[in-house]
Amino acid sequence: MEILMSIIIGIIFTVSVYLFLSRSIIRVVLGTLLLSHGVHLLLITMSELQRGAPPLLNLGAESYTDPLPQALVLTAIVIAFGVTSLLLVMVYRTYKEHETDDLEELRGSADE
Amino acid sequence: MTALHWATISPFLLAILIPFLYKYVRRIHTGWFVLIVPLVLFIYFLSFLPVTANGDAVMRSVPWVPSLGISFDLYIDGLSLLFALLISGIGTLVVLYSVYYLSKHKEKLNNFYVYLLLFMGAMLGVVLSDNLIVLYVFWEITSISSALLISYWFHREKSTYGAQKSMYITVFGGLSMLGGFSLLYVMTGTFSVRVIIANVDLVATSSLFLPAMILILLGAFTKSAQFPFHIWLPDAMEAPTPVSAYLHSATMVKAGIYLVARVTPIFGGAAEWFWIISLVGLTTLIWGSISAVRQKDLKSILAFSTVSQLGMIMSLLGVGSVAYYFNDGDNALYTTAILAAVFHLINHATFKGSLFMTAGIIDHETGTRDIRKLGGLMTLMPITATVSLIGLAAMAGLPPFNGFLSKELFFTAMVNVTEYGIFSVETWGIVLPVLAWIASIFTFLYCAILFFKTFTGKFQPEKLAVKEVHEAPFGMLLSPIILGSLVVIFGLFPNILAYTLVEPAMAAILPGILEPGEQFYVNIYHWHGFILELWMTIGVIAIGTLLFLTMKKWSQSAFYRSEQDIFNHIYDSGYNGLIKGSQVLTRVQMTGMLRDYFLYMCTFIVLIIGYTMIRYDAFAINTDNLSPIDPYMWIVAILLVVSVVAVPFINNRITAIIVAGVAGFLVALIFTIFRAPDLALTQLLVETVSVILFMLVFYHLPDLRKEKIKPSFKLINLIVSIAVGVMITLVSLSAFALGSETNFTSIAAYFIENSKVLAGGYNIVNVILVDFRGLDTMLEILVLGIAALGVVSLIKLRLKGSEDV
Repeated sequence: MEILMSIIIGIIFTVSVYLFLSRSIIRVVLGTLLLSHGVHLLLITMSELQRGAPPLLNLGAESYTDPLPQALVLTAIVIAFGVTSLLLVMVYRTYKEHETDDLEELRGSADE
Repeated sequence: MTALHWATISPFLLAILIPFLYKYVRRIHTGWFVLIVPLVLFIYFLSFLPVTANGDAVMRSVPWVPSLGISFDLYIDGLSLLFALLISGIGTLVVLYSVYYLSKHKEKLNNFYVYLLLFMGAMLGVVLSDNLIVLYVFWEITSISSALLISYWFHREKSTYGAQKSMYITVFGGLSMLGGFSLLYVMTGTFSVRVIIANVDLVATSSLFLPAMILILLGAFTKSAQFPFHIWLPDAMEAPTPVSAYLHSATMVKAGIYLVARVTPIFGGAAEWFWIISLVGLTTLIWGSISAVRQKDLKSILAFSTVSQLGMIMSLLGVGSVAYYFNDGDNALYTTAILAAVFHLINHATFKGSLFMTAGIIDHETGTRDIRKLGGLMTLMPITATVSLIGLAAMAGLPPFNGFLSKELFFTAMVNVTEYGIFSVETWGIVLPVLAWIASIFTFLYCAILFFKTFTGKFQPEKLAVKEVHEAPFGMLLSPIILGSLVVIFGLFPNILAYTLVEPAMAAILPGILEPGEQFYVNIYHWHGFILELWMTIGVIAIGTLLFLTMKKWSQSAFYRSEQDIFNHIYDSGYNGLIKGSQVLTRVQMTGMLRDYFLYMCTFIVLIIGYTMIRYDAFAINTDNLSPIDPYMWIVAILLVVSVVAVPFINNRITAIIVAGVAGFLVALIFTIFRAPDLALTQLLVETVSVILFMLVFYHLPDLRKEKIKPSFKLINLIVSIAVGVMITLVSLSAFALGSETNFTSIAAYFIENSKVLAGGYNIVNVILVDFRGLDTMLEILVLGIAALGVVSLIKLRLKGSEDV
């Protein structure tokens, strides 16, 4: 399972880096969205997968999956959501101000 | 703080007072107040003469940074006293001269005297310091104050150019010198020159000997305007003439000479030291004298002449260092060169100071320094002409002036070299006297040009801006007259210097060579009989006169007409090249496009991690400890990969968002498979809200166009992204494999055991979030709050005056 997950995560990273390198600012935002998925999956994969019950004590199982990475990913999801939404609004404002979504047109003025 | 320390820093203390004196005592020329300090210092330093003449030395110590071994130690022996007397003595005369030279009404005298006093104090610190770091500090203050003085008329472009150039070159040397000092510290564990000389074996046997020597010599050569670092000195002539006379003839340019003489006991006796210093000195000598002939400006001629004379002293110090090889102080054969160096040092300070001052007088009285416009001033300015004649004759090496004596000694030293039989002088040694002789011919030639073009020939009043040309006021003439008299006195009675100054200075440059209680015995003769040196001098005069008389014939040649030094071109093009090069470099790399920067980052991350993995053989794959793959996991995995890969190819924004949303929901599904119910729940909610948000915003955004980028860029992007993906996969595989090899167990057991016991909760993830690691959650709430505020302010707030959109 870990090998399969590593390959999937690699593919997600490839796609999000490719999206980061594109000219359209919207694609860049989509890239951040996908990249956060990749990171979360990587975090959860690096703990030992599926070695027991879900971390709920009232299940009375003998062993549970590692709860710590889950807590970390939960925090990360919320933060990524906050950042992505801010980024999204920023893209929206940028488009409204500059009338373009092309990053090459948005680069700093020549005399800088 | 002892009296000696107060004396050394007294110029700095007075420099603080100068602006007040200038502002509140306007009636008196500020220079008169300044005059007191060098005069008192000169008299004070004279009181040390009996001490050093006995072969004793004075050491005064004040701790500065004791924990680093840096203390403000002052040390007076023959060498430092000689320099201290030169600095204070010529300083007195220069201040006196400047009182008459600089106008009280037109010039900013406060700036001038503050800089000059800073310089004077720094120079005294350089020559009196025993601690190398303190020496370096004062050394850099001389560089800074010199640059300030050169750019005194800062509205002139040439002044700032000259100041900048001298600053770059001397600071380059100063920093090299600091490196050399640090290496000496590494070798010996002390910054004290005295202690280093006592433990010279540590240096001589060290592998750092040569690097330290070259770095220190770089400092000395740049400061003393040695070839090829001499280029700053002619450009420093934009300074006011008193500055040129003081800094660029008598004191600062001799700081390098001082340094070489000071460290001779450390490095002397080595073949590298002998050859580097002798050859650089002789090259400077001949290059300076040839260049001086071509100049048309009085001060430029004097500048190149200073360069060449400094080269002569430097080469003598190099040749004299062999005394260490033979370790024989009795044999005058080896020590003549040091004697000649010390003697010529004094002589040069006297005649060059007076020559600069007379050049300044001519400039002041006629309004020009161009020798093509001058001529026939002998009858108009008889005193100036006489003083100049004395100085020039001394510089050319004519009897009975002091320059003659030191030039004879110089020839003797250079001829002696061929007899040493060490450092393979038998093959190359003959070069030294020949170069010295040729350079002396040119020295004679430019001295003749200086005198005859200025004072004889036709007076050309139509070319001069000043109508009435007449002799300078007596006050301005006083300093050059004193220096000129010294030239004559030292020429006629050289032995008054021998006992008081030259012998102690030689003992300071060559300590450890004499037996205890022994002293150098110096007697400078006028007449040696008809020996080789005399014939060499006669040859110089004869050929020099011949060249001067035939000047009309060769003055049309291209050599004579090109005043520019080739090393100036190298410096200028190097300077411009550096600026242009860094501009090009910046422009190539700082494109302003985010994509490019992101490419750099990704490339370097991939390279660094890839290199590390290969270097430490870190790639590993473990197939033993894997979890089994559930059959339905394959379906989720394939769907996830398909939806993720599809995103870049979709050109419709709604479709793109939906596909990205599908990927998010599949991730939630994976969380379920991984037994993480809270994660799945959160992911579902967040993904839903995100998709709604995207929908809201994307409604206002333009449609996703087909990307219009060059295929080559597309290929690079593809390669880099695949590299990043592959790297992540490899890292995660290796981390998993290597992580399961170690014996560290997860701390999960603690949470599972104590979740109920300590926190009273069954949901372990939630207990971790709000109890065990509650701080993270609090800050995460803060992040969300800030993001919300950010969204609100981005939408709501507008800068005043800008349109609402």
